[in-house]
Order: sequence, then C-alpha cells, then structure tokens
Amino acid sequence: MKLTLKIWRQKNKNAHGEMKTYQVDHISDDMSFLEMIDVLNEELVEKNDDPVAFDHDCREGICGMCSMVINGQPHGPGKGITTCQLHMREFNDGDTIYIEPFRADAFPIIKDLVVDRSAFDRIQQAGGFISVNTSGNTIDANAIPVPKENADTAFDSATCIGCGACVAACKNSSAILFVSAKVSQFALLPQGELERKERALKMVEQMDKEGFGSCTNIGDCAAECPKEISLENIARLNREYISATIKSK
Amino acid sequence: MSENKLNSKVPEGPLSDKWTNHKNHIRLVNPANKRQLEIIVVGTGLAGASAAASLAEMGYKVKTFCFQDSPRRAHSIAAQGGINAAKNYQNDGDSTYRLFYDTIKGGDYRSREANTYRLAEVSANIIDQCVAQGVPFAREYGGLLDNRSFGGVQVSRTFYAKGQTGQQLLLGAYSALNRQISKGNVTSYTRHEMLDLVLIEGKARGIIARNLITGEIERHAAHAVVLCTGGYGNVFFLSTNAMGSNVTAAWKAHKKGAFMANPCYTQIHPTCIPVSGHYQSKLTLMSESLRNDGRIWVPKKKEDVEAIRNGSKKPKDIPAEDRDYYLERRYPAFGNLVPRDVASRAAKERCDAGFGVNKTGEAVFLDFASSFERYGEIEAHVQGKHNATKEEIIALGKKVVEKKYGNLFQMYEKITAENPYETPMKIYPAVHYTMGGLWVDYNLMSTVPGLYVCGEANFSDHGANRLGASALMQGLADGYFVLPYTIGDYLADDIRTGKISTDLPEFKEAEEKVKETISKLFSIKGSESVDSFHKRLGKIMWDKCGMARNAQGLQEAIGEIRTLREEFWKNVRITGEPNELNNELEKAMRVADFLELGELMCVDALNRNESCGGHFREEYQTQDGEAKRDDGNFAHVAAWEFVGDPGKALLHKEELKFENIKLVQRSYK
Repeated sequence: MKLTLKIWRQKNKNAHGEMKTYQVDHISDDMSFLEMIDVLNEELVEKNDDPVAFDHDCREGICGMCSMVINGQPHGPGKGITTCQLHMREFNDGDTIYIEPFRADAFPIIKDLVVDRSAFDRIQQAGGFISVNTSGNTIDANAIPVPKENADTAFDSATCIGCGACVAACKNSSAILFVSAKVSQFALLPQGELERKERALKMVEQMDKEGFGSCTNIGDCAAECPKEISLENIARLNREYISATIKSK
Repeated sequence: MSENKLNSKVPEGPLSDKWTNHKNHIRLVNPANKRQLEIIVVGTGLAGASAAASLAEMGYKVKTFCFQDSPRRAHSIAAQGGINAAKNYQNDGDSTYRLFYDTIKGGDYRSREANTYRLAEVSANIIDQCVAQGVPFAREYGGLLDNRSFGGVQVSRTFYAKGQTGQQLLLGAYSALNRQISKGNVTSYTRHEMLDLVLIEGKARGIIARNLITGEIERHAAHAVVLCTGGYGNVFFLSTNAMGSNVTAAWKAHKKGAFMANPCYTQIHPTCIPVSGHYQSKLTLMSESLRNDGRIWVPKKKEDVEAIRNGSKKPKDIPAEDRDYYLERRYPAFGNLVPRDVASRAAKERCDAGFGVNKTGEAVFLDFASSFERYGEIEAHVQGKHNATKEEIIALGKKVVEKKYGNLFQMYEKITAENPYETPMKIYPAVHYTMGGLWVDYNLMSTVPGLYVCGEANFSDHGANRLGASALMQGLADGYFVLPYTIGDYLADDIRTGKISTDLPEFKEAEEKVKETISKLFSIKGSESVDSFHKRLGKIMWDKCGMARNAQGLQEAIGEIRTLREEFWKNVRITGEPNELNNELEKAMRVADFLELGELMCVDALNRNESCGGHFREEYQTQDGEAKRDDGNFAHVAAWEFVGDPGKALLHKEELKFENIKLVQRSYK
C-alpha cells in the first residue's frame, strides 16, 4: 500500500518543531509499524536526509521504549499493544497517518519522536522498592504463602512497562496510573506491607514534583495502556494515600 | 598457541565445598575502605542491575551505564518462560547436583564444572531473594510457588511469572538499584554507550562513553570495571535480541586484551515466529514453555505439504496418521522437550527435506489440539460435567491453556493475524543467545586485571548449549551472589590507590581514538546505509555460520566478511552530525564491531573440528544425524587473543577437566 505520513520533526529540545509530510510506497500488511518507519528512514538516508529519530528496542512489546502518538492515540489504534506490536494491516492503501511524540511537560522532547522519560525513574527511586538487601540471607521463598488471587492481582499491576502512554493519553498529563500500578503491586504482597504508607506518600510527592498533572477520573490512561493496567489501581492508590496521610499526622 | 596465560583459579577441594571454602578464604575490604573504591558497571540487565545494587549495598561507589533511556529497559526484560532453581518444591527428585548435571549435559560437556556447580548451588537463594523483593511469581491455590518444566530436563524446577518472567525479575533488580540510587551510592548514566576500555598499567581503570543525546565523549574512571553487556546474537542481523543489543563494549575489551572464548557457540532457539519478508527487523520468540503443551509436527506426505502451502488444505485436514511428530519419533524419552539445539536442528532437517509448511518452506507446526483435549477432560471432570461433548471439552481446555499462555497466544496473533486456538502456530528456529563470550576465571575476572564480566557477556556456565530458563538464573547468580564476593579479593589491593584521575594520558589517548573513529565514519560519505551492511553480514553468518556449518562454507564466509568490512569502511553513509542524537552513528559503531566479531566466530567454528551443542559441523555427525563430539581433541575452551586482526587471533586453550561427571554421548532418546 501507499501512505502519506505526517511526522513531527524537531532537531533538538530547544529547536522549533513542525509536522512534515512524507510518502511511502510498497508497504506490506505484515510489516510492523516500526518496520514501515525503517523503510522510510532507509529512503531518507538514501537521499542524504536526516532519518526520523524514534525510541525502540525489543520490538516485542515489553521493553517500553517505543513511544509514538499515531493518529492521536498513544501506540496507535488497537487495544493492549505498543507501537512496535502495531501492524500495517490495521491501515488502508491511501491513508494519511499522523505521527507525533508522547507529549507532556514532564517528558521534554529530545529529538523528533524521542522524549525524556527519566521522571519515571526518579519516581521509582523515591520509593518504588522494598527495602531488603540483595544478600540472599532471607527466609525461604515459600515461608509466607500468598493467596493466589493477591499474587495474580499484584502481577497484573506489575506488568506496567513504564512507557508513559498513560501520561500521553491524559489531558492533564497525569502519571497516576503508572504510580498506582507500582504502589498496588507492593501493597498487595506481604513483603511490601511494612513500607506501604511511606511508599505511597513518597512516590506521589515525587510525581507532583516532576510536573505531572492531577487525575480528574477520565480514564484515557487505562484505555490506551498497552498492558491494560486497570483503573482499580488508581482507586487503590487513593486509599493507600489517604490512609497514609491520616496515619502520618 | 600457549596454555600458560589462562588460569581458571578453580579452588581446590571437593566440588560441593569449593565455593564455600573459596568465600571463606578470599580477602575482604573493610566498610570504610569500600567507600573509597569506585566500580563501573556497564549494562543494567539482570546481571548488571543486580551486581550494581549489591556492590552499592556493600558500600562501594558505583556508576552504571546503559544505552537505553532507563535501566529497566535492558533486554533481560524480554525473557519469557522462567528461571530455574534447585528448590525441589515439587518433590520430583531435584537437587543441586541434578541441576548441575543437567546443565553440564545440556551444554554438551563444554562448560567448566566448578562454575556450573556454583550456579546450581546459589540458584535456590535467587528465588528467596526475588520473593523478598516483591517479584510476583505464579502461585498455586495454596499460596505456594508454582513450577513448570523446560526442555532438556525431567523435573519441574522452573519458576515463572506468566510469560513475563524476565520483566518481573528485572524490575526486582531495578528496584534494588533504585534504592541505591536514591541513597546516592549509585550514579546512573542512561543513554550512554561505552566505546572503549581504559587500561592503566595493565589494569582496567575506566571507560570512554558517548552521551547519546549530546554526542559528547566522556571519561569515567574507577578501580574496577564490570561488563554486563549481554550477548552478540545481533551479528546475525535477525535475532530475538533487541535492536540495540550489541557487542561493542565486549569487543573493545577484547581488543584491549580480554580473550574471547568459544565465540562460535550460538544458540538457535527452536520456537520463533518465522520470517515474513525482506523488511523484517527482528524475530520474535515464542517461549519454550509452550513445548510443555504443544506438539511439533510436519506432514508425512509431500502432497499434503503442497496443499498446505497453496491453501487448499488446512492443518486440521491432515489426519493423525499422516502427521510426522518428528521429535516424538526421534526422541521418545524427551519428545517435544529435547534441548533447544536438538529441536532446532530437527526442524531444519525436516524443512531442508522439503516438509516446511509455509510459503518459504521454513516453518513447522506447534499444535495445541491435544492439550485442549487433555486439559478439557480434566476440567470437565473437576466441574462434574461427565457427559460433556467433545466441543465442550475442547472449549474448557482452551480456557486452561489461555490461563497458562494467554499472553503468548495473543502476541502470536498480533504478529501473524492467525488465531492459534483455531489453527496450529507456525514456528522456525532463530538466533537467540550466545554461549560464547569473554573468558573469565572462577572469580568472573577476564584476562585483563580488574575487568569482570557477568551474565550472557561471559562464556562460563552453559558450555556449547544453554538450557531454557537458565539465562535468568546465571545473570542473577553472577550479579547478586558471585561477583560481590569475588571482586573484593581484587580490590583489597587497591585500598591505598586513591581516586583514579581521568586526566591520565591513557584516558586522553583512548578518548582521542574514539573521536578519530567517529570523524572517520563521517568522512567516508559513502552510498550504502548501515542497515544494508548489517543485513549483508547477517546473511553470510546465517548461511555459513548458523545452524549447520562446514569447513568450506566457513572459509568462504571469512573471505566474504573481510571484503564486506573493507567495503564498509569505504562506502558507508552516516547522515546527520556527531554532536547530536544520531541513531545512524550509533548503529555504525556497533556494526563496525560486528564485522570484526563475525570473522572471529567463523575462525573459531572452523577451528573446532567436532560438533557439540549449538555448534554443528556437518562433517562431524553420527549416522542418524546427531552431533558427534571429539572429547580427545576438543574438550577445551577456545580462548582467542586479539593481535591486531580478528582473523589472526591467537588461540589459547583451557582444558576442561571432568572429575565429577563422566563424559558420554548426549542422548535424549
């Protein structure tokens, strides 16, 4: 198929950016979206033009590196997938496709479609861990049984890949789904119990410091999440946070 | 050839006491001195993140480097199936010895006994550690941990978190790392790529790294350097590795004196989604755990093969008697759970014979129909539906399979647009893991003093073939439990050294060389893209140094790679500028190193006149097509020393002594 691409080009974080138009031809249904961009970039290199910079690595939907807003949707059309899992069979011959970076004040653009998501690392560093040393001098793994239901729910929360689609989808650029997923994972496991209050407070505090917006219960975050992290996590974070503020006073 | 340069430093004493005795006798560094000592860890996957977190906890000052935008994105994250540990929770006869034995046998008797035993010994503790960190492993209804089985073994010792075990373990290690970053014990450099190793008086004392955002070339000093930079499977262009996975850090270390061991040992994973077209950028693995419940087959008759290829017949139209379940036929004892190398070669054998089931002739079926029925019958029984129809049973069985492998089935459907609940998956082998890597001694130190290598980047534990679910185990064993002990023995000499200055001439020289290489690449202004060179290299490697190799092909490959390398340095085109985010430059630097490594791999494969594990030389096979080892001449590690040209590398041999296991022809029949 033949496609028209409108892509955000921006030389660096201080430069002025704009949408530029490109044509690509001979795109096959079985190509992934990123392979289609590879084809475009190969052509740009041939013309001695600067190829489109974009983040990507594992190309199987798990590393969380790829990050494009395609026709207004983070990771494009299709539910529960990352950009790298999107295939061209979702598009039709002659389509025009708009490709932009994940946009948020807390995610400054580095170049073209590449953004800086280090704010997510700093939120995790603020408290996204259980304070145990790695010496291995701990109790046997089966010493504390964990109800299967809790383990499964904790796993569902832990599947967050930290891509930032929730932030890009939210009109307030809120990171609450991301934060709530981590807080939930540990809150649901006995190992995370001791620090649960402190963890919720610290991670939320850092989230606010990074300049992410507030949650107004729209739910676009969960709708666009490639791992389908549920809104229940946000409810759980709210409970954790409120009970932590009451206790800490 | 010389043998005296390699000292494996394996401790004396009985196998099961070696590690404990060693730990009791190596030197320690006191806490006050640890604060004065700096360690650089390159790579933040399972090995790197766990090593960095552990070293920082002990009190060392650590710097981590990764080329991704966050340590959490390292490619360990993509490991699906699970992690082995000799816990024997299932009471099926597992033990440290059995895990050790399976690993040595699975590796076709080409790994070092003492290292492999230690790996098995610390494995159980990894699970304790990860559970304490909040890793949400799969559990049974009683709340205890669940296990599953993997290829090449007859016990269930694999712990898992659905099909995302690597992700959950890496997030565990990442959280431990974050805790240390928050305390100021670790400084994390993301979007940085190591481009050279700096030696001072023969010791590893730092690295040169490029800031991938600004293009700035930076100097970083330390008392020791730890490489946890993964494998080099991307030398084949198409592999299950991430796009950015590369050999550069390891190769630069090799050029500075670290020997490269067994580079020809490549693991071709049997269950990957077949190639769909020339634009393909990477291959996707379907977890080996699927072989627990899927049966692999091709049609027995050529006319059925044709009918499937042209679409006039569907797989389910082929009756059972006309299907060749070739793994069950050839290996009745292990069936579909033979090790990866055996399963891959068997698929190649059927496809080469003309029985491949897709248009390219390079695919076999992985069929879950029997499991739907088997699980469905159990489930119907549990639910008390004694008169269930076959359709009802199959529907129940599909639900059970969905619970076990739902995300893998979904992933398959997203990529191929075929529903594996209705029609069998099509799979074909693809490059997945490299057992070869930088040579290390028992302490995980390379031939360069102060340079340590952990995880897939070293060569040590898997011999000529790695068993499933053992890579995660090794990465975390090295990082959490081995390196933190052994590095102290080396650093004990450095407590009076003081801070290493980056103003030393060695740093300046290394930095200038890196800058020269970058300007040289830009000055070529050729006409061919980096990817195009990479694809051409990959094709040579896959055709001539892939699943099957022979002397003639390898000799041709060496010539072709040398020509291609010359062409690269005359005709590659790099767009953009050096001082900015420049993906083309990043790729070019990596491909330049792959073009050298590829040649060494062929040299090593040509030199090893035997078949073992992932290295299959067509000249050396038994009558029924199995790998034929030559223990008399090749029970050694081939460690190569760089002397100016990858093709002229000097061979050093470490003889492998098997004192606890008898060498036998590996059999899974």
